[in-house]
Amino acid sequence: MTFEYAPAPESRAIVSIKPKYGHFIDGKFVNGRNHFATINPATEEVLSQIALGSASDVDKAVIAAQKAYTKTWSKLSGKERGKYLYRIARILQERAREFAVLETLDNGKPIRETRDIDIPLVAAHFFYHAGWADKLDYAGMGKSPKPHGVAGQIIPWNFPLLMLAWKVAPALATGNTVVLKPAETTSLTALLFAEVCQQAELPDGVVNIVTGDGSTGSAIVNHAGIHKIAFTGSTEVGKKIARAIAGTNKKATLELGGKGANIVFDDAPIDETVEGIVNGIFFNQGHVCCAGSRLILQEGIADEITEKLKARMSKIRVGDPLDKNTDLGAINSREQLAKIHELSAAGDAEGAERWSPSCNLSDKGYWFAPTIFTGVTQAHRIAREEIFGPVLSILTFRTPQEAIEKANNTPFGLSAGVWSEKGSRILWATQQLRAGVIWANTFNKFDPTSPFGGYKESGWGREGGKHGLASYLKEGK
Amino acid sequence: MSFYGIVDGSEGSLKNFLSQLPGVDQVGAEARAAMLATRSIKTTSKRWAIDTAISMVDLTTLEGADTTGKVRALCTKAVRPDPTDLTIPSVGAVCVYNDMVLIARTHLDSIGGKHVPVAAVSTAFPSGRASMEVKIQDTQDAIDAGAAEIDMVIDRGAFLSGKFGLVFDEIVKIREVCGDRAHLKVIFETGELVTYDNVRKASYLAMLAGADFIKTSTGKVAPAATPPVVLVMLEAVRDFYAMTNRRIGVKPAGGIRNTKDAIKQLVLVNETAGPEWLTPEFFRIGASALLNDLLMQRMKMDDGYYASPNYVTID
Repeated sequence: MTFEYAPAPESRAIVSIKPKYGHFIDGKFVNGRNHFATINPATEEVLSQIALGSASDVDKAVIAAQKAYTKTWSKLSGKERGKYLYRIARILQERAREFAVLETLDNGKPIRETRDIDIPLVAAHFFYHAGWADKLDYAGMGKSPKPHGVAGQIIPWNFPLLMLAWKVAPALATGNTVVLKPAETTSLTALLFAEVCQQAELPDGVVNIVTGDGSTGSAIVNHAGIHKIAFTGSTEVGKKIARAIAGTNKKATLELGGKGANIVFDDAPIDETVEGIVNGIFFNQGHVCCAGSRLILQEGIADEITEKLKARMSKIRVGDPLDKNTDLGAINSREQLAKIHELSAAGDAEGAERWSPSCNLSDKGYWFAPTIFTGVTQAHRIAREEIFGPVLSILTFRTPQEAIEKANNTPFGLSAGVWSEKGSRILWATQQLRAGVIWANTFNKFDPTSPFGGYKESGWGREGGKHGLASYLKEGK
Repeated sequence: MSFYGIVDGSEGSLKNFLSQLPGVDQVGAEARAAMLATRSIKTTSKRWAIDTAISMVDLTTLEGADTTGKVRALCTKAVRPDPTDLTIPSVGAVCVYNDMVLIARTHLDSIGGKHVPVAAVSTAFPSGRASMEVKIQDTQDAIDAGAAEIDMVIDRGAFLSGKFGLVFDEIVKIREVCGDRAHLKVIFETGELVTYDNVRKASYLAMLAGADFIKTSTGKVAPAATPPVVLVMLEAVRDFYAMTNRRIGVKPAGGIRNTKDAIKQLVLVNETAGPEWLTPEFFRIGASALLNDLLMQRMKMDDGYYASPNYVTID
């Protein structure tokens, strides 16, 4: 007999989902209109109905945020703002399991990741920024730097609550108020966060949440009362935002797409490198803008790494995201699954060799087996375009210089990885790479103290750390 | 001489081979072991894991205060871990000092435990500080008394000062003494080797020299069988099998005291070396207190509640 792991599902009894949601404006839940369904992508079960925010909903939210900014939030000392952030952070920790289960239901990512990574990082972001709130004089922005006012924030579906934390925590710590739009397919944890704001007795209007689609986002971007835009999402939408705010006084940070290069030199620690490759591309179903989606292997070890990677991929457990032993969950939406299929088909058509371990994928819900393509060159679409799914393109190199050239030969520049046991080689390579985040002998590690952001078409500005504060502040005297 | 066609046993060939092994990234290895420790093993799979773990226990007593009475009691328990439930498998082996081998073997045979082998710790266990003649005699004695498994220690002093040839020769000589009469387990004392790179090198050194099993620790030094150490050793046996087609066993020993820890070890085996290693032939757990916790967890699964510790025997 073999060691089969019996199902170990996390109970969903801890969450209560309302049949229908409105928006959260001026400290109150208000009714919305034109509802659309939000589903569990693992089962296609309808979880709830989400309101499609209109321009007038956005307008109400911006007015509430302006009022809160002038009447309360900008009048509070940093120390007082910090108290609210600490309170929110503690409530998030207390309700961590509830958030983890809800995020898994709405997003499709495994409970192991929401429980051990997403939600702990969310709390860490609030704790970290709570500490900054009364120390902004030391943020490198001069004496008494000032907030912009109302920040319009638009976040993606891959890390719904974590991206909310990346945006809301620094905005509040620096004294801005917020109008936030969660992604169309993953609004539920943002709406639960609104409850946390009430529980923490955050002054009304400091955080406003308007749900909806691209039209709602566009209403936020174009609203005259918004002073700063923070967006995480695709490069395509990022470019539209840049065009929309050109010529205005609006500040913006944009966290966009990526095609991260993961470079493996022949003196790498092989077993841990294979783990890092898996973590780089199969973490969160590859729905990660900084995913290590291009593996660039030194020729001498390419076969060995590929073989070991295949053996390791055969151990990846694909299935029910609520099962505590699941490693790879569901693809977030039908549209995203179609995009992954389309780009993978392009890989086949262009002559790359596809391999996946055998997986039992459910008929219901959106699933894609972990996949690698070997024999990929720079000219393949799957080496150039962001797939945003569990699909890895494998390229090879002979000299270190060639590795760097291939890694940098992309319009993106968000992340990169270097694997080597030789310190000098790591330092040399990381100096040549044009990417905002570079990991050495690890991948996809996040920390609120570390700035995150891209070069080139991967975005503007940084989020997290001291650098992240700068985009929410005007230079003081 | 050639060992698997990979080294010739000379200092130079060993240094060459061991220095080209890939390094172990400490942070990465520990992260992987920690991730595997989050596996949630419930219901039927837990039941299977508990019985499998019982069958893999090398039930051990290695005290200066050991008596013939204690060894006999241990043997009785090894054959029938719970006298009230005969569906429970016998343990993997009984592990004792050299002078207790005959007592253990005789007692096991007299109570229907012929299928339970006796393992003897050897080569001046636990320190390994004795002349080669003494180590050989120690091993020969134990085999003559009926030991079917020899748990030898390596000379850590020699290993740490880079004298790989010396360590290798000792293992080869003890391997010769064992011949086909006894299985050879080679103990590294990973708590003294300290780094994972050393654990990986020691693993290959022992496998090339003819070990049937590689074993983490004596149980006398902490830390002992930590999950990352076992992970690195499991990777070594997996890769050695790919190189030579010979499957070497792994025995963590020391610090595995409860069911949860034991199941974590089985998960490590399952997802690193693979299910082929999940038999007492290729995986053992050196322990003494562990067996009672496994028995109590087994009772809990049957009865739905935790029994008093008085329902399991203390020796």
